[in-house]
Amino acid sequence: MIALLMRDLTLATRAGGGFGLGLGFFLILCTLVPFGVGPEGETLSRIAPGILWVGALLACLLSLDRIFALDYEDGSLDLLATAPIPLEGAVLAKAAAHWITSALPLVVAAPLFGLLLQLPRQAVIPLLLSLLIGTPALSMLGAFGAALTVGLRRGGLLLSLLVLPLYVPTLIFGAEATRRGASGMEFTTPLIFLAAITLLTLALIPFAAAAALRINLR
Amino acid sequence: MSIWEYANPVKFMKTSGRVLPWVVGGAALFTVTGLIWGFLTPPDYRQGASVKIMFLHVPAAMMAINIWLMMLVASLIWIIRRHHVSALAAKAAAPIGAVMTVIALVTGAAWGQPTWGTWWEWDPRLTSFLVLFLFYVGYIALWEAVENPDSAADLTGVLCLVGSVFALLSRYAAMFWNQGLHQGASLSVAPGERMSEIYRYPLYLCMIGFFLLFLALLLIRTRTEIRIRRTAALQARETRL
Repeated sequence: MIALLMRDLTLATRAGGGFGLGLGFFLILCTLVPFGVGPEGETLSRIAPGILWVGALLACLLSLDRIFALDYEDGSLDLLATAPIPLEGAVLAKAAAHWITSALPLVVAAPLFGLLLQLPRQAVIPLLLSLLIGTPALSMLGAFGAALTVGLRRGGLLLSLLVLPLYVPTLIFGAEATRRGASGMEFTTPLIFLAAITLLTLALIPFAAAAALRINLR
Repeated sequence: MSIWEYANPVKFMKTSGRVLPWVVGGAALFTVTGLIWGFLTPPDYRQGASVKIMFLHVPAAMMAINIWLMMLVASLIWIIRRHHVSALAAKAAAPIGAVMTVIALVTGAAWGQPTWGTWWEWDPRLTSFLVLFLFYVGYIALWEAVENPDSAADLTGVLCLVGSVFALLSRYAAMFWNQGLHQGASLSVAPGERMSEIYRYPLYLCMIGFFLLFLALLLIRTRTEIRIRRTAALQARETRL
């Protein structure tokens, strides 16, 4: 599993586009929002928590179809399925690689983008914490969606349709934690719910995703 | 003699063909009687005549949730026991459920306008129905996208399982996120919250009617799916010869 993780990380960094793409998308989104809603600082700081979370969600979505599609095309997914590690473990490793390459940079850069959107200073810590706790769930659910659509020719659009409804609870709790932090309220309750969702996906999704992969490889 | 006998397509076609006229007749009888009776009820003292939307709204909303549950059970049966009729029934139910969700949303909007003064409110109940609709759309899209019918049944089954967990989660997350405007359950057993009898009885009729309507549509659609499957099998045999 570690070897698989390392391999995916190397591939993502060397193939180009994988690492920076999500970040670039996030930056563009944060640039476009003020054009759309107007540059008033008050409005921006009020909607910043939601925008940042939705942006992270969409940036995550952007790189989802890379999780399994490339390996499916060149046949290495078949090898993974027959490898000594269970397919569930492979799913976990691949989701982890996706999280490290596309979600972790977002988490690190989010305070910076928060600056662009006039995010109140006291919301930075809850934003960081909620993204750190919540984004693994996004990667796991995304891996499930990618596993469902791996054999399809035009899977990308379908993938977003399947995955975005699954993201709803994560988004609600993540944005809620940030919003509460922004208005100076206590924000541990939504964070705990967020952690619960992440743990739930970590425990259940590998099985569902592996089942979907086995069906697609049959 | 067990219930699994009906998993045999031939047996299913025969029985459902015999039952179907009765179900269709019952659905028409209950729905039409319930709706007309509901339409003739006196206007509510607070909501006026708009209360009559309830006779369409409540049964549709009830069916929208229950059809997803039925799809969940059918998907489980397919995944565990691999009965084709079960998978086809789940496939046939999804568009009906999506339409029921749309009916509930649209009638809800038409009802909300005069009573709450707004067509749409980001209320937990309304929002979770919108999410439910998205789940239906995703489920139907996945069925359409996968070519091999058995793989499609498997994949949508897995999606239905995961989707059920997350539809439930969204529901409770939405309640956490926003306190609602929507009233409580229409059929509360708590005294004092109960509806007046003049509204309750036609509502019961409409609920039975909508359930039978769903059953009739489900049987018709499942039979069509089985026939499509048979035609495809026959065509495949023709080309092989």
